[in-house]
Amino acid sequence: MSKNSSDISNKISRYLQIIVFAVLALSFIALIFGVEAYLMGNGTVAIYLILIGALSMGLAVYVLYQSRKRVEKLKTEDTKVMTTIECRKCKTKDLREFERGDFVFKELGKCDKCEENKIITAIYKEIKNKEKPFTI
Amino acid sequence: MAFAPGTDIVSQIIYAASLMLFVVFMLYGQRIQFYVMIREVENSLRKLKVIKEKGRKTAIETIKEIGKPETDPTSKVDRYLEYFTISPQSMDPAGIVYKLDHILDVRDNRLKDEVKLIAPASDEVQVFNLENTLEAAMALNFIYRIVRHFYIQGKKTLNMYIILQLQMILPLVMKEAEAYANALEAFAFGQPIGDGVGPLIAARLMQGYETRRVPKDCVVATLPFEGRTALVLKARGPGGNVGKPGDAVKELIEENKGKIAMVIMIDAGLKLEGEKVGEVAEGIGAAIGGPGVDAFKIEEVVVKYKIPLNAIIVREDIGDAVSPMRKEIADSVDNVLERMRNVVNERTKEGDKIIIVGVGNTIGVGQ
Ligand SMILES: [Zn+2]
Repeated sequence: MSKNSSDISNKISRYLQIIVFAVLALSFIALIFGVEAYLMGNGTVAIYLILIGALSMGLAVYVLYQSRKRVEKLKTEDTKVMTTIECRKCKTKDLREFERGDFVFKELGKCDKCEENKIITAIYKEIKNKEKPFTI
Repeated sequence: MAFAPGTDIVSQIIYAASLMLFVVFMLYGQRIQFYVMIREVENSLRKLKVIKEKGRKTAIETIKEIGKPETDPTSKVDRYLEYFTISPQSMDPAGIVYKLDHILDVRDNRLKDEVKLIAPASDEVQVFNLENTLEAAMALNFIYRIVRHFYIQGKKTLNMYIILQLQMILPLVMKEAEAYANALEAFAFGQPIGDGVGPLIAARLMQGYETRRVPKDCVVATLPFEGRTALVLKARGPGGNVGKPGDAVKELIEENKGKIAMVIMIDAGLKLEGEKVGEVAEGIGAAIGGPGVDAFKIEEVVVKYKIPLNAIIVREDIGDAVSPMRKEIADSVDNVLERMRNVVNERTKEGDKIIIVGVGNTIGVGQ
């Protein structure tokens, strides 16, 4: 979308990442304690610790994966608006980025090859990542 | 004391905790749900504020860049954003269209004058574009204020149903706000938007022909089309402008004393989910949005002279309609022209006079 809001989403995902990594570290410690407890022969405690460790680790990885996906989605939404310039006589076609003051059917300077004026024939944005179709 | 079959202290504690949790959820479940909803609304509201602030900033920066004001325009822009319009009283609806028309005219003039004051160095096209930009910022401001109102009201009264209603419509509100934010950028740069497909097609037909101005802020060209004479009408570009096609069509028909074989209106039509952007569809009736004044006037005059009214629409959703024109929409032009030729050939005779109206905001489209 926009620069500003993607800044904010970056900030949010940075906080999120810190939290997720903290949870990951804690769950790792829980797993280690669990294994230790198991080796010590304390079966019930070991099961609880391993269960909690595995669960929170799974959760952390899932959240991380989701936030990555969202950031990627934000990045691909940025598309450029393009201006098509044509010479009607020699049928040449140029594509460049939109500039302020461009409008469709605006006459620009002389064509390089002939005396005819060049003209803007189209201004559009092309969305590369199409939304997924619902086939029903 | 044993809660559970297990005897060790850990399982006892966990069992007791799960019982407690059950009781808590039973007593405070709805309250918890309420806070979750409030949090969700709060996040959206915060996002709305960011969108609104960004729109305001863009508007101010654009004014500084092309308007070259001597003083800081910020306070004037803020005043502009709070501008409101009171719609006419409808207790006795007879004649309300012309009242509404008048109010909209006054509003339009007032806003344009204000833009000229805020941005003295801007030319006519830029005044139109800046007015559109500020109007998008105004819409964002309005949405933010309304959502904030219901959020605070819901929180103050702890009324779940106010928050619930807000939360239910929030996805649609957010979509609309994002559409306005995109529109604002497009207006600030003067880029053609999806809604401009009607004027784009009209301009394509007008190429190489003389145009003349008709009221209000519209242009018309007379040209041959499939052996018929076509009066092609659009709002005057490339400034952001929808014109008043209602008045223009009325004048053209009156000029020709009603001897018009057909009126064809081309517009962007709202697509439903699941339909493709840029699809072309045909129908009957006045294809024109807005407050309904233009549709009313066109219907009135075609009924008076019994002229058939045809419509061709290009499908796009609200977001596409106000953000920079998508390629699919720009590419639909040939398709629309083909459909128009078919309609004209099937429904009129050679030598007839027809009116073709390209409806929509002509920003970034000349003639
Ligand atoms: Zn050339």
